[in-house]
Amino acid sequence: MANNEQDTFMPTICFVEHDGTEHSVTVNSGISLMEAAVDNDVPGIDADCGGACACATCHVMLDKDWFEALGDREATEESMLALAAEVTDTSRLACQIEVTDALDGIKVRMPESQF
Amino acid sequence: MNAVNDLMKPVAFPNPYDVPLQELDPSPEALYDSGQHWAYFERLRNEAPVHYCENEAFGGFWNITKFNDIVEVDSNNEVFSSEPNITIGESKIDFSPPMFIAMDNPKHDAQRKVVSPAVAPMQLAELESLIRGRVATVLDNLPVGETFNWVDAVSIELTTQMLATLFDFPFEERRKLTYWSDIAVTSPNVEEYGVSEEKRRDVMLECLEYFTGLWNERIKRPKKNDFISLLAHSSATAEMDPLEYLGNLMLLIVGGNDTTRSSMSGGVYAMNKFPAEFKKLQENPKLIPNMVSEIIRWQTPLAHMRRIAKEDYEIGGKTIRKGDKVIMWYISGNRDQDVIENPDDFLIDRKRARHHVSFGFGVHRCMGNRLAEMQLRILWEELLPRFSRIEVTAEPQRVRSNFVMGYTHLPVKLHAK
Ligand code: HEM
Ligand code: FES
Repeated sequence: MANNEQDTFMPTICFVEHDGTEHSVTVNSGISLMEAAVDNDVPGIDADCGGACACATCHVMLDKDWFEALGDREATEESMLALAAEVTDTSRLACQIEVTDALDGIKVRMPESQF
Repeated sequence: MNAVNDLMKPVAFPNPYDVPLQELDPSPEALYDSGQHWAYFERLRNEAPVHYCENEAFGGFWNITKFNDIVEVDSNNEVFSSEPNITIGESKIDFSPPMFIAMDNPKHDAQRKVVSPAVAPMQLAELESLIRGRVATVLDNLPVGETFNWVDAVSIELTTQMLATLFDFPFEERRKLTYWSDIAVTSPNVEEYGVSEEKRRDVMLECLEYFTGLWNERIKRPKKNDFISLLAHSSATAEMDPLEYLGNLMLLIVGGNDTTRSSMSGGVYAMNKFPAEFKKLQENPKLIPNMVSEIIRWQTPLAHMRRIAKEDYEIGGKTIRKGDKVIMWYISGNRDQDVIENPDDFLIDRKRARHHVSFGFGVHRCMGNRLAEMQLRILWEELLPRFSRIEVTAEPQRVRSNFVMGYTHLPVKLHAK
């Protein structure tokens, strides 16, 4: 990045594998949480449908506080999650979550069945 | 099924570019076994990606041929209904046993959830060593240096063994499953090649009788993770009427059989058409999982799924009307160069190889996709250390269908390591 370009804040996201392995990535706001993983080769997010909320291969589990802060799942997301494995009360599809500066420091866990 | 195939004479269709666009019809079955469908879909993708046509056998229907349009339709389960049937044709004798692939919600989810534990990722991990052992046995008994039919000796044998395991079906009688699967997918429109719709119904009722015996035996024993036991012991399915039981059996038999079978044959065929890829694979076996996705894209074992619009819907500048039949042509979406670079090439190290439409999307997305991928992965992991070359000695014979993209005969000669 050129020196004179204005520094913009980039949030850091931590993806946690089922065995506890952590992958921290620093990304631009505006992309999806799914893209944050895929663009940085984080294992466990296949994203077969490319973010169309149509495959449930980007399933992640959030901490309760983050889950509540992010608001409700849409109906389509709800229907796709209904068929996924290891779904919990705080499960989300990562392609349906937009990365914002406010997400800085979030930890998301990925289910064992996605590896 | 060879007698069936002998009767199949190639049919020459007009060049699609000589046909008026509104009359362009990609559905005739004889287009497919001769490979003439590719050019039809190429023209549709380029000139009329959302396209209406009429056909004597199937009535009027919309053709959806571009990747992203397919994802849009497939994942809109509110507007596009899977009932009463998910293939292009209609039953003429009204024999369509209900199955959850052809049900909308809420019934679909309730039934799918009953059987999905049998193919859940954790369950598959437990099956892996069993499958690997069986694959090794089949491969170790293949002749080296002489030509044989790969479809029967490997693809059918392995998928049938797998199916027998998932149903906990009497292992020695497993070829019954192959037979029922083949009859179940026989199209009424290829009647002249052997199987009438009445005959098909009679064979399916035999299948039901056999499985009713298995059900009665499982219901007496504690629940375990095979399809029949799961169905018999779950409240969502325990009260199914016999035809519904049959429908769901047909779905599980056909879903898990033909598709994986075609991919096991298609992969070998692809490696021979693109020999540089086999070299790449020998040099880097870590590519196997990526290659498996590429095989499934390149082969596209199921050419289409159909829907009925429940309301008017705008797509691609056209208005699909409530009640219209809509065909999502997966076989075409997987060749869409706006989404997939050099789509006709088979590239085992393709970037984002999982991004294909072969498994569909939305709530009906293939339930067995992980199982299919695992079976193919194991097959190739076991093939590489055993043989230096898997030579296809002549062009394959294909199934005549606009739905199942499969092979009846693929002559192969194995070369020792
Ligand atoms: C390469 C192999 C396979 C391919 C290409 C394939 C393809 C498909 C497709 C296209 C669908 C419909 C998706 C849609 O409508 O959006 C489907 C559904 C289904 N498949 Fe597969 N399949 C394969 C292997 C398997 C296996 C091994 C099983 C084993 C159980 C299986 C079981 C099912 C079931 C039960 C459904 C219905 C799902 C539902 O309606 O919710 N499939 N498959
Ligand atoms: S990427 Fe397919 S549902 Fe999120």
